Amino acid sequence: MSDGELRANVGQRFGRLPATPADREVAGRVSREEVIDFFDERFGIEPAVFDPFTFWEKGKGKIWIFADTVPSPLRVEGLGMTVLRTRQEHWKPTHSAAQRFGRQADNNVIDLDGEAAAAFVRAENQELEWDGDWGYLIAAHELGGEREPIGVGLYLYGELRSTVPKGNREELSVL
Amino acid sequence: MNPLERYAPLVDDREAFFAACERPLPSVVRVNTIKAVVDRVHAGLDDEGIGYETVDWNNELLTFDERGPGTTWPYFHGWLHGQEEVSALPAMILDPQPGERIWDSCAAPGSKTTQLSAMMDDTGVVVGNDNNLGRLSALRHNAERLGVTNLMVTKQDGRNFSLKGFGFDAFDRALVDAPCSCEGTVRKNPTTLEQWTLNHVHSVAAIQKGILSRAIQATKPGGAVVYSTCTFAPEENEAVIDHVLDTEDCEVVAFDCPLDSVPGVTEWEDDTYDSSVTNTHRIYPHHNDTGGFYCAKLRVTQ
Repeated sequence: MSDGELRANVGQRFGRLPATPADREVAGRVSREEVIDFFDERFGIEPAVFDPFTFWEKGKGKIWIFADTVPSPLRVEGLGMTVLRTRQEHWKPTHSAAQRFGRQADNNVIDLDGEAAAAFVRAENQELEWDGDWGYLIAAHELGGEREPIGVGLYLYGELRSTVPKGNREELSVL
Repeated sequence: MNPLERYAPLVDDREAFFAACERPLPSVVRVNTIKAVVDRVHAGLDDEGIGYETVDWNNELLTFDERGPGTTWPYFHGWLHGQEEVSALPAMILDPQPGERIWDSCAAPGSKTTQLSAMMDDTGVVVGNDNNLGRLSALRHNAERLGVTNLMVTKQDGRNFSLKGFGFDAFDRALVDAPCSCEGTVRKNPTTLEQWTLNHVHSVAAIQKGILSRAIQATKPGGAVVYSTCTFAPEENEAVIDHVLDTEDCEVVAFDCPLDSVPGVTEWEDDTYDSSVTNTHRIYPHHNDTGGFYCAKLRVTQ
């Protein structure tokens, strides 16, 4: 299908992502393959992790992940969990996605010690050493004997900016 | 008059009942098994030096010694959700299985909804419905925080709920945790009693009958429907069950209640109810140091 034949995205309903870019029927909609490749390439999350799920768009570039299959399009208030924002040039995983799937990540995960982890949850920006890629990272700390993802940070010019959403920010103890 | 006086004749120990209603509720959380196993939660709470005890009838429920759960690391990670002990009951009685399609007709703010998801290993579909946009926003926030992916959120009037567009036309099970007079939550919301009126009891009972009827119609034959409230009013409990036994294809199913309870009543004021409502359960605050609750299990027969 050429671009001229693509339908416009309708913001108030959920549309299922096409399997690949070649299957695209809605203008600008990313594909399942691109979403899974993003999590693999950026964070090292195995594509098989996403095998049981379907991916959906509601509103331009707001991608949701759903545990089951339902017909597309679907006009409901919510379908699964928000997982990714693709509207900007650099795609941003959601806070929920970092927490739910971040344990499977082994790339671009920045480990924070006690005070840095607490500051991150207060949504403070902080200067930190980091040898890896710039851009969106998964911030993590150790809790209950294992690494646990906290949320999404943006690393630029020696600074880690916290993107913990307002409703999730909290004053927590320094472990 | 204190509306609780109305129910005193139903209660075995009047003094203990009123004393319990005066006490604040213990701080209880449910472990969200979508994000963490119980042992890891224990280890995380120990790391932070937070005291807790496991509830004796369910090892996924923890009572906190002091502060509320909201300002702890395990809560921030979505390993925990604040949920009153008795509120964990309806989902357990419904017993949803992985891969099933479940309707939660009055879902917001989502404690029981997300518990259903966790019990299903976050597979299949939980359709979480509510008719209030503000409450739906709380449901969405809680589901995101707990990492739930099997929830479809709808905003409809439960009494004439439509499955159009879902790709299936019946649910395997349904939960009707109905809007009610809520005297059972007096330990959490002391102002509940000030707003109580008999008129409201009667108007909300009509809504409860409508939603429960729709739940029975929308559930497959053989499927379970659980009805629960946090009121002591027989008009909103046994009378609602009695009504659907008359009007819908269903029967009451007996179940073992893991909390101390008494049987549903068959008489109230000038009314009598079907004898099978004695297989439904009333839970009073002084029985288990919880809120007050009512729970019934039905099976769809045709």
